[in-house]
Amino acid sequence: MSDQPDPRRFLETDRADGSIYNDPALFDLEMDRIFMHNWIWVAHRSEIPEPGDFITTFVGPHPVIVSRDRKGAVHVMLNRCRHRAATVCEQHKGNTASFVCPYHGWAYGLDGALRGVPHQNGYGQDLDKASLPLVNLRVEEYQGLIFATFDHAIPDLDSWLGAAKPWIDLFMKQGAGWPVKTMGEHKFTFPGNWKIQLENTTDAYHFPIVHKSFLDSVDQETQDILNFVGGTGFVEDLGHGHSVMVMIPELVDLDENLDAPIPERFLELADQLAETYPPEKVRQIIRAVGGSGFNLNLFPNLACSMAFFRVLRPLGVAQTEIRHIAIGMDGGPDIANQARLRLHEHFQGPMGFGTPDDAEAWDRVHRGALAGRDIPILLNRGLAHEEKRADGNLYSDVSAETGMRAAYRQWLVAMTGEPAEETVA
Amino acid sequence: MSITLDEAVALITLEADLLDHGQFHEWLGLYTPGGRYVIPTDPDAEDFENVLNYAYDDAEMRAKRVERLLGGRSISAAPPAQTVRLLSRYRMLADDGDTCTLRCAQYLKELRQHRERDYAANITYRLVRTPDGLKIDLKVIRLLIATEALTAVSYIL
Ligand code: FES
Ligand SMILES: [Fe+2]
Repeated sequence: MSDQPDPRRFLETDRADGSIYNDPALFDLEMDRIFMHNWIWVAHRSEIPEPGDFITTFVGPHPVIVSRDRKGAVHVMLNRCRHRAATVCEQHKGNTASFVCPYHGWAYGLDGALRGVPHQNGYGQDLDKASLPLVNLRVEEYQGLIFATFDHAIPDLDSWLGAAKPWIDLFMKQGAGWPVKTMGEHKFTFPGNWKIQLENTTDAYHFPIVHKSFLDSVDQETQDILNFVGGTGFVEDLGHGHSVMVMIPELVDLDENLDAPIPERFLELADQLAETYPPEKVRQIIRAVGGSGFNLNLFPNLACSMAFFRVLRPLGVAQTEIRHIAIGMDGGPDIANQARLRLHEHFQGPMGFGTPDDAEAWDRVHRGALAGRDIPILLNRGLAHEEKRADGNLYSDVSAETGMRAAYRQWLVAMTGEPAEETVA
Repeated sequence: MSITLDEAVALITLEADLLDHGQFHEWLGLYTPGGRYVIPTDPDAEDFENVLNYAYDDAEMRAKRVERLLGGRSISAAPPAQTVRLLSRYRMLADDGDTCTLRCAQYLKELRQHRERDYAANITYRLVRTPDGLKIDLKVIRLLIATEALTAVSYIL
């Protein structure tokens, strides 16, 4: 254990050392202390709506199966046979009655219980099936967001999410009264450390610079709405590494301001919806189609980002996978969901007009951070005018790095096991 | 009069050459006004409008994509990646005189910032005969890797 890096060495309140992105030993420690001892987002309820539905995914580097059993309970289980470790399922998703290991045929139920072992008499009395289920993680759900953890001692999901919960509630108003459902995803990798992406979802500062070419491709009204740096938005530290960045304050609560004029780009859609829905509902749907005006960063791997879920997965110290999951209205009008899909395609994913430019910036951060020694990454933007709300939450202007400082504060708590130091407001 | 394989191959070879040589404005002219350029995320998708795609471009989005690549204001496309693509394994799937469906394989290498990457794909074209000659009415690029993680693609596949 002596060659373990000391995480404190990498971080100060307003800066990080460049090697925080590229120290392999630090990465190994993160995979243990952060990804095995915190609530990690694994799925949205709509991905496994029916009994028998499952998906395969990861908790940090660990392959898992997320399944719904006959009674409707969700299980998150290591994708590892209890005999000699073969993965028991390699499908992305599906519906099944059991998981049968392809190597020697051990069969597991949807809850992971070991049901069948071929030629069991070869073990005599030495095999207690009840003690050999697929290893179950702890699972909890909030507003359809399913989280899992290896750690049975950490506080429950409710207290972990804490002040982020009302923001999750607001984000889910994009269902316009219908439940939110996932509608497919864009998945891509970039050659850089996962924390570079974690920072980016709470970085309004880059938007008008990196996304110039995206802004060129939208109408003037949309450009004006997205011209939020220097505006009245804010970034707020929600505790536990979570933060919210409000870019468009008028679009925080999608059920409010329903009499605001319909943006020009949605007029045609509104006309079509008016054939089926009353005016009030049309306005609610239109506001939902446009998405929320904020990014909610949930430490360490999920962001509810304006109109989609952003999920990160560290693949290695210098390789990260990002998923941009499209969401829509489950049962809502097809034309409204189509509009959401087109908006998602326009900005997100490896061929969008936004994401490739983000990826280029992250790629460069990773490569640049390899240059030289002892040169800090600055995290001090917005610190000069950062203040505390009545409830104690730190906040600053929309382009402040308050959300990054929040994430790194939690990073240090997780990495050292020591409580956060009180920071100077 | 049916569309011959030679005619069809000549058109899509021209498309490949224009894209590899950055002649994007000329590329726009190869499509019908109502034509679509589609890269699905789901290899089995047919109803592209109702599912998420990597790209689902009508004429307006194609023009914007070209503007983005040539405008110099996108850091991932200033300059765009260099590409070399090979088309092969042509098969005419259907031909009713004025419209044909052609399937082929594409293998593409890109070079950007000292890094080579490649993408293999099945491509299906719907080509139509118009008064201005043969045009592309639909191009569907089914990437072999569509269901896995891609890397940023700041060019036209
Ligand atoms: S490894 Fe699974 S049954 Fe042997
Ligand atoms: Fe961005």
